[in-house]
Amino acid sequence: MPLLEIAGLSKSFPGVKALDAVDLAVQPGEIHALMGENGAGKSTLIKVLTGVFPRDAGETRLSGQAIAPKSPREAEALGISTVYQEVNLIPHLSVAENICIGRQPTWIGTVRWGAIAKRARAALARLDLSLDVNRQLSSYSIAIQQMVAIARALDVSAKLLILDEPTSSLDKTEVDELFRKLRILRQDGLGIIFITHFLEQVYEITDSITVLRNGCRVGCFATKELPRLNLVSHMIGRNLGQVEALEHTRASTATIRSETPMLEARAMGKKGSIQPLDLDIRPGEVVGLAGLLGSGRTETARLLFGIDNPDQGTIRINNQPVKFRSPRTAIRYRIALTPEDRKVAGIIPNLTVRENIVLALQAGRGSWRRLSITEQEKLADRFINSLGIKTPSREQIVRNLSGGNQQKVLLARWLATEPKLFILDEPTRGIDVGAKAEVEKLIQSLRQDGLAVLFISSELEEVVRQSQRVVVLRDRRKVDELTEAAISEQAIMESIASHSSERPEA
Amino acid sequence: MSDWLSDLIFWIVFAAILLGLRRQRIFWTVGALGLLLLFNQFFTPGFFHLQVLDGHLYGSRIDVLNQGAKVMLLSLGMVLVIATGGVDLSVGAVMAIAAAVSSRLLVTQHLPAGVAIAVALAVSILAGAWNGLLVAGFGVQPIVATLVLMVAGRGIAQLITEGQIINFLDPTMVYLGNGHLLGLPFTLTLVVVMLLLTHFLVRRTALGLFIESVGDNDEASRYSGINAKQVKFLVYTFSGLCAGLAGLVACSNIKSADANNIGLYLELDAILAVVVGGTSLQGGRFYLVGAVVGGLFIQTLTTTFYAKNVSSDIAPVPKALVIIAVCLLQSEVFRTRFARVLSPIEKFLKPVGSWLPRHLPTTARHDSPKS
Repeated sequence: MPLLEIAGLSKSFPGVKALDAVDLAVQPGEIHALMGENGAGKSTLIKVLTGVFPRDAGETRLSGQAIAPKSPREAEALGISTVYQEVNLIPHLSVAENICIGRQPTWIGTVRWGAIAKRARAALARLDLSLDVNRQLSSYSIAIQQMVAIARALDVSAKLLILDEPTSSLDKTEVDELFRKLRILRQDGLGIIFITHFLEQVYEITDSITVLRNGCRVGCFATKELPRLNLVSHMIGRNLGQVEALEHTRASTATIRSETPMLEARAMGKKGSIQPLDLDIRPGEVVGLAGLLGSGRTETARLLFGIDNPDQGTIRINNQPVKFRSPRTAIRYRIALTPEDRKVAGIIPNLTVRENIVLALQAGRGSWRRLSITEQEKLADRFINSLGIKTPSREQIVRNLSGGNQQKVLLARWLATEPKLFILDEPTRGIDVGAKAEVEKLIQSLRQDGLAVLFISSELEEVVRQSQRVVVLRDRRKVDELTEAAISEQAIMESIASHSSERPEA
Repeated sequence: MSDWLSDLIFWIVFAAILLGLRRQRIFWTVGALGLLLLFNQFFTPGFFHLQVLDGHLYGSRIDVLNQGAKVMLLSLGMVLVIATGGVDLSVGAVMAIAAAVSSRLLVTQHLPAGVAIAVALAVSILAGAWNGLLVAGFGVQPIVATLVLMVAGRGIAQLITEGQIINFLDPTMVYLGNGHLLGLPFTLTLVVVMLLLTHFLVRRTALGLFIESVGDNDEASRYSGINAKQVKFLVYTFSGLCAGLAGLVACSNIKSADANNIGLYLELDAILAVVVGGTSLQGGRFYLVGAVVGGLFIQTLTTTFYAKNVSSDIAPVPKALVIIAVCLLQSEVFRTRFARVLSPIEKFLKPVGSWLPRHLPTTARHDSPKS
């Protein structure tokens, strides 16, 4: 008997059928991947399952019992625990408090701190983890916080654990660690639903895959019997040939306009952030910045965009020495940056698509030279069309768009400023395969238009595919620079690994 | 013109305005004001009575406009501050400072009213700039930063007046809060001019977009090249100016500067006006006209209690209840939960208003699905 059985589950929002008679079965002791593009209905399915949204039709059985939780709390009590993409914990509380909050053991109204610590330790022990449970959560790395979130989910005698994009902010070693723990849980007979955009991880850890597309179930497959390309084509609903073409395009160097770099950094560094490094980016060139999470990639981008100020070295733009005090100065030199963390530093969530798109251009013009509404609308429409931003209207609030479309809005915001150097920090993180391909295509067309691009990504194959030159960072230091034919995943991994195996701080 | 005819015209105009706003956020604010007026129409005899004396209009509604001017002026500054995610608690104290400065210059220094007003406004701007410096320059939390001036400001005002209540009879100063222009109180002109000015300042330039952007996501705004510090500094400074104007009106109303009582607790009314006007205290999207209508609503409420002889000791209780009701009406969560009760009202409004233009920006619906 399956642990979880969902049959004919449907959910509509005004104007959209988000889930259309979806079936799903998870066996005990199984890790089950839920795959699909952004907007395919994965999150909606999870939210209906855990009682965030009421369902329109269909039924859910847990261990044979029909269930219909009305809130995540009720779902938890039934044994369905969820760990969301963004760690939903409270950074300023201790690890123990985070694990037990909301169900803290009390004695006539007072909290029993000793019992809390004990319970937290027990929950962590199940993950083979021992931490100082009294330390503040934020003092641990994101990876550890993620584990704490899972420990919290397990603390309520869970039968089914749902992990929504648990690995999107973890580096390779941390992912391995997480997977080791998931295997322990699998052996304990837990059912695990695993949602991710990383295909390799799906093949590494899951037993079966359910693919959703446009709110419908495409099918359920055993992971071993489903070739990767077939999976992708199921997800995006295109045929295999197109997918293969995408995988095999490899950027050429033909477009480099001149040997004079657009940007030239010499011994640029900042104490405690990144060791001095040299970096050249020429017009028409994509430079990849590779390295593990925390190796100094984002820090480098921050220096180049004026968010942090370098305390040593020089930056020259078109041979002019420059000093950036703030992003505003960098923007004046036609530099653009889409940040790693879209939610925190990217989108303005409650403003409209139009307002988000015109923002940087308008900021550059200052408040007096306001773009008229007609100009703004034209600009917004142009980018909505050219980047294929899926939105009901340009006046839609950006928060309501899917991740991939939010990313496109950010790209549009910067393209509107007609930059000469575009720094893309993890532009494809957390977005679906289709949108990823579009972003990659866009980067190539920017390059052909003569832009200089600095491309930062955790996905090595992407870096390899996109870049004419790859700068490898490790432990906040530049350790290698690969060009042209020397660029391969193998080479990058070797140069990351070759310089001692000490782990970087996350 | 007989009373019932003027009432009828008033309600037709009011209903037309309300229908025109039915897709806008401030619909609920204007609607609440309408309900309050409707209550007075039936239960407060004489509330709707208008009479002309010496070519000036008099009546309770005119009183509301005149007395409400202070909160409406304050709310213009407050709404921008709140839109950046801050709050300005010092406006009441700044009112007292402006009143003290102007009357001191007028009475003991014998300076012309124009100079006294100009200096008082300059001092208010300075006070606002001080708040701006603390918040934008030094990153002090807005509540704390403005609390400093809220407490110290009254002391400063006392120092300026040397602890005295300064009375004045200067015609220009008296005109400010008591005069009439085109048959209506001059304060109304002042509010309208300031509203237009503010509207121009934030909506005809890109400042409004920057304010909303900073209030919604400070960090992302900085990444987009917006000078968030400058934006914050500006709104606090502007709030100082608005408070100064309100302070001048307040002391002109009573023809004297009483540093202890001018503008007392008005910062709270101004914050309420902004909230009733549909702007969230979390910052982001703001509604300028909403804030002004909110100020009008609060004054109408106060005047209604006066008219109904509710003792000023217990008036805050019903006032709080009404304000809670208005805030609930604006809450999307509340409206969806009580849709069954509210939908007949909407159904009634729909056919009546279907001929009206549809291009007005609607408030966001947050129910569209994400992946």
